[in-house]
Amino acid sequence: MSVGIFDKYAALKGNYDSLMTTSPRNPFGVVIERPLSATIGIIEGRETLLFGTNNYLGLSQSAAAQDAAIHTAKTMGVGTTGSRIANGTFGLHQKLEKALASVFRKKHAMIFSTGYQANLGTISALVNKDDILFLDADSHASIYDGARLSGAQVIRFRHNDPADLEKRVARTDKTTGARLIIAEGIYSMTGNIAPLKDFVEVKKRHNIPLMVDEAHSFGVLGDHGRGVAEMQGCEDDIDFIVGTFSKSLGTVGGYCVTDHDEIDLMRLCSRPYMFTASLPPEIIAATLAALKEVENRPDLRQKLQENAARLHQGFKSVGLNTSNFISPVIAVTLEDIPQAITFWNALLDAGVYVNLSLPPATPDNRPLLRCSVMAAHSATEIDQAVETFGTIAKELKLV
Amino acid sequence: MTDSVADISHMILQKLLENPKVPRDISDDSRIVEDLAFDSLAVMNFVMEIEDTLDVSVPLDKLADIRTIKDLAVCLHAIKAEQA
Repeated sequence: MSVGIFDKYAALKGNYDSLMTTSPRNPFGVVIERPLSATIGIIEGRETLLFGTNNYLGLSQSAAAQDAAIHTAKTMGVGTTGSRIANGTFGLHQKLEKALASVFRKKHAMIFSTGYQANLGTISALVNKDDILFLDADSHASIYDGARLSGAQVIRFRHNDPADLEKRVARTDKTTGARLIIAEGIYSMTGNIAPLKDFVEVKKRHNIPLMVDEAHSFGVLGDHGRGVAEMQGCEDDIDFIVGTFSKSLGTVGGYCVTDHDEIDLMRLCSRPYMFTASLPPEIIAATLAALKEVENRPDLRQKLQENAARLHQGFKSVGLNTSNFISPVIAVTLEDIPQAITFWNALLDAGVYVNLSLPPATPDNRPLLRCSVMAAHSATEIDQAVETFGTIAKELKLV
Repeated sequence: MTDSVADISHMILQKLLENPKVPRDISDDSRIVEDLAFDSLAVMNFVMEIEDTLDVSVPLDKLADIRTIKDLAVCLHAIKAEQA
């Protein structure tokens, strides 16, 4: 007799049931009933400080983006109903691709319906089963999933470790297949920043293209907000930059920018690009408006950096264990899951929402309270969050 | 020099026993996930350590077929032979 379709969920159910006996609320079922602003939302009927979004510049609430979306929905409708390679390319899609290429100073851009699909679609278009991918061990799930979709052989290198990458690349120097190195700008769980300039040296020595996912760093780092590659002065040596609209740009969608002219061929063999409906026009219009704000408002980045430093310094001052990188993602590392669940619930009870990240979705098997800061946070809101963290940490005897 | 499957298997067992959380009674036939309670991430991270010792790289797709310590030793031995 064959097993039941859900029998494979037994272990998951055990873990979930155990979690729910220790947590008064479902950490994966939080509902923001409605946002009041970029930094405050109604959760469980109460105003709650939002320190667990990816809305780094606060642009999900941009008036210009809202106006552009409303106008476009009224004039063009609310959807395309088709693939980019069929009826789903409007003039606006091409306009956004040109704008993105221009912002990144690259020749071409290709947009996808989500950031997840941008990684799946780019990776699977670039490599196949005869090729080798080198992935940072802490890569996002979308990179691992893109690798699986491609069928390429995957070799992990130690997180943010150029020497380890070099060693693993060198072992494959005699291979006949194509090779591709993939890293991220800012790592979403920890806020760690990649040493891209050092990865560039490895790629040059071995003549391998380098793809960088700047999902969490676009709009955030670099003098013009182009991310870690701009900040480290190595943009010209990055072959493919992938990113998302759903972080600093506040909407939804993803992209790949490159100088390689083969991009139009990539469009014809990227299944996550072809076999899905394209982004609706109002989202494209809102993204174009948000992109202009990223370009024209360096003050947002400046404020974000100040806020990131304030939250980071605040956490350090109350004795919390955080990464040494100052970035808008700041994770507090805890020792065990029960401690993390108690801490997270106490924060929400006290009116502060952050993300609870549990192993194995965390890098070193320890749970994280993942916080993200926004340009829109006031100093008072940041100080309030720090004070709440400090009080709870003391109550739980963690500091 | 670690070159036979038995040598590699012995080396893996020694490395595993350096971790106090690993049961003391493991053998070649121990299942990595079920008997050692390793999750997918722990398996990948442990294999990285072994890779450095043997100076080989194990593509992730090869790990899908590995259940026991002996399976891992056989896989590493084959890759080492290919890379020689």
